[in-house]
Amino acid sequence: MKCRACRAGAVIELPRHNSALCRDCFLAYCRNQVSRAIDEHEMLRPADRVLVAVSGGKDSLALWDLLLDLGYHVDGLYIGLGISGYSEPSAGYARAFAQSRQARLVEVDLKGHYGFDVRSGAAADHRVPCSACGLSKRHIFDRAALEGGYDAVATGHNLDDEAAVLLGNVLRWDLEYMARQRPVLPATDGFPKKVKPLVRLAERETAAYCVLRGIDYQVDECPMAAGNRHLGYKEALGLIEERSPGTKAAFYAQFLERAAGPVAAAAGTNASTSLHPCPSCGAPTTSQLCAFCRLVERAGGDPKKRIPVSAG
Amino acid sequence: MGGVRVLLRNPRREVELSGPVRVSALLRQLGYRREAVLVIVNGTLVTGDASIEEGSEVEVRPVISGGAGWP
Ligand code: SF4
Ligand SMILES: [Zn+2]
Ligand SMILES: [Zn+2]
Repeated sequence: MKCRACRAGAVIELPRHNSALCRDCFLAYCRNQVSRAIDEHEMLRPADRVLVAVSGGKDSLALWDLLLDLGYHVDGLYIGLGISGYSEPSAGYARAFAQSRQARLVEVDLKGHYGFDVRSGAAADHRVPCSACGLSKRHIFDRAALEGGYDAVATGHNLDDEAAVLLGNVLRWDLEYMARQRPVLPATDGFPKKVKPLVRLAERETAAYCVLRGIDYQVDECPMAAGNRHLGYKEALGLIEERSPGTKAAFYAQFLERAAGPVAAAAGTNASTSLHPCPSCGAPTTSQLCAFCRLVERAGGDPKKRIPVSAG
Repeated sequence: MGGVRVLLRNPRREVELSGPVRVSALLRQLGYRREAVLVIVNGTLVTGDASIEEGSEVEVRPVISGGAGWP
């Protein structure tokens, strides 16, 4: 198979673009998709300081690499979740990448810092592990970005992630979640700006990007992910996509273009009026103590600990 | 020489097949959807029409990951 752009040997097919590309043209394509997403949605300005949420997996490392190559000032934040057999190697990939690009990696260890890991925190707070994990990650990234003076938090959500979440939201007609499902969430009182620069790249493309760039990443799946609903949605979309390439991208793009606005209006997102700062950590919350500090307290840890991030 | 060694992930295991075999045929044989994996032959990413020769080291790497709790 030949590269559609330059006729060299292709390394990857892109069925939804009816195309195949060689290594160099594919890497250029990835950079181009990311800078288009950034421009299209006004995600970042050239001088912004960006904090990338790094898991050690393909998406976050590809994102970090791409943003560095596009000239942004990007630090990484890794959160040690304490998932045995999975977290240690993940941290290793994040560290190795940071070192190879001479980039700054900030690490927060749930256990060392707050006294619980994903499993014990979930049990203490009567949640499923992914819920405790997501809550902790959101909270720590938000606080770290604000305390470190970053202009935005960037996460590695790719096209497949967003399409799968959208499918789940549509199946439940969950307008509130749909209203918040944007590639950019502007900074609001107490929350940093959040951007998803990989929304134009499929999961297979971010993985291929890492392979072609020689970036080692955590290939193994988190043991908590097995059989979750999100994976089911991805599988369903994958089957549809195989029969009609391009459907997944159109599903998501058309949502943003035609439905996201009306949905947000219908959902009437005015919850921010009743927010006040959490007395323990300062994060905006609607309840007495914020959900994260409640989780930390129930797990027997100290919610008052600051996150060790300072403007670098 | 002899055979094509294929490394599969999640969980990590190895199978041996006989070559030469096309990437697309190998994936059909193993029951993978083309779009759900990358195929790396002797360290190089390859397209579905590539032919895998006897003695090759192949990795079939899944690309679909699913955490439900990311922000
Ligand atoms: S699968 Fe669940 S527990 Fe594992 S990293 Fe993702 S959100 Fe966290
Ligand atoms: Zn080319
Ligand atoms: Zn709090």
